[in-house]
Amino acid sequence: MAKYIQGFLIACKGIPTTVGVSLIAVAIGAILGLAFALLRLSRNKVISWIARIFIDVVRGTPLVVQAFIFAYGIPKLLQSHGTNFKWPYLIIPAIIVCGLNSAAYMAEIVRGGIQAVDKGQTEAARSLGMTHKQAMRLIIIPQAIKIILPAIGNEFVTLIKETSVLSFVGVIEVMRRGTLWNAATFNTFEAYIGVALAYMILTIPLSKGVGYFEKKMAAEAKEEKTIKDSNGQIVGHVATSSGEVGA
Amino acid sequence: MSMIEIKNLHKSFGSLEVLKGIDQNVDESEVLCIVGPSGSGKSTMLRCINHLEEPTAGEIYIDGELVTEENINAIRTKMGMVFQQFNLFPHMTVLENITCAPINVKGVPKAEAEKKAMALLERVGLSEKASSYPKSLSGGQQQRVAIARALAMDPEIMLFDEPTSALDPEMVGEVLDVMKDLAKSGLAMVVVTHEMGFAKEVGDKVIFMDEGVIVEQGTPKEVLENPQEERTKSFLSKVLV
Repeated sequence: MAKYIQGFLIACKGIPTTVGVSLIAVAIGAILGLAFALLRLSRNKVISWIARIFIDVVRGTPLVVQAFIFAYGIPKLLQSHGTNFKWPYLIIPAIIVCGLNSAAYMAEIVRGGIQAVDKGQTEAARSLGMTHKQAMRLIIIPQAIKIILPAIGNEFVTLIKETSVLSFVGVIEVMRRGTLWNAATFNTFEAYIGVALAYMILTIPLSKGVGYFEKKMAAEAKEEKTIKDSNGQIVGHVATSSGEVGA
Repeated sequence: MSMIEIKNLHKSFGSLEVLKGIDQNVDESEVLCIVGPSGSGKSTMLRCINHLEEPTAGEIYIDGELVTEENINAIRTKMGMVFQQFNLFPHMTVLENITCAPINVKGVPKAEAEKKAMALLERVGLSEKASSYPKSLSGGQQQRVAIARALAMDPEIMLFDEPTSALDPEMVGEVLDVMKDLAKSGLAMVVVTHEMGFAKEVGDKVIFMDEGVIVEQGTPKEVLENPQEERTKSFLSKVLV
């Protein structure tokens, strides 16, 4: 039992790095994801394609490969061109790579959120003289963000688990702590059970929190829908009566 | 001079031709009511006036100026629009709904915009709702806020797209009362409506549309009480029970 506790405590030492990288990456991901979503929705075909290529490339390749390219590939490439480039800390390419990765997934989440906002909102905004940009910034995006908040929460949970691959490129986070302890003691099972528990104390409360928030929002949406439906009946009624007229 | 001039307006959605050549003028402070069965193209015509639908062919002149994709934002500030489904901004309070466009589009200082918004809320009888969110309002109240929101831009023209069709019957009156008050104040108004009573009382001119064309037009008395066309007669006999 003592070994399990030790393994867990050692893995927990990696939590600040794991959570730190995930938090910064999710923040980068949210901002860049919004940018890529807007580019993706741009009416300019070239811009839309550039965003689409980025999203497809990132989503179509494993995070661990991206991490190796950034942590080791890029410095090597720059060195072969005669520069003396070296990452001062490996956590920097780790954050960049997780941020970009998260941006690609977030871009699709944000795009879905923007498209989920009722078309009447854009029409109302435009009819008041707002430009497309103003309508997006003032009316559509604030509503889209509310819609996608649970998805962003889930993305954060996913990212916490995904950052475990950073241990391969040498970032000392939860997984790496366990691996190092295993290498020193050969307590393999205890080490990785400890790692698993360390991830669980992060992800389970977070998912529960997201789930609670989602439920609350669904209840709110249902409430609004009931109001809309009662209006809808009236609309239906009018439509039917004038439909008869047309016949 | 005409506030709105519509010349040979056509609109197709794919292969479906919804408007088949509409010519119509609306003069200053004139109230034009558009009636007709569902699918007759009346809402599409209204939405073409402020380019929420881009015309397939034909021209729209507002205040003598041809509407194009370049000047549409400026022209829209002269035209308020009220929708069937209200389309208030749910993430903003009533006051913010009304001040948002004046502040961001026209650059009106916040304090001034709020003062004006309060006056408009007073006018539609909802001063006490300034800090409420739209979802806590009844349909009739929401539509009155939507009217106030459109008025906040000081429009010369108001477009109404079936403004009472989504309302419970007991709330129709309060919205129509606000619209009557607007008509008296001398705004040019184009109203797509099923409320024949309103058209009769407030309209200066009524057009009856069917299948993408204007079938009949004239004063409310002429069109609604003494229609000449068979299609108009048949429509009215079914709505005016």
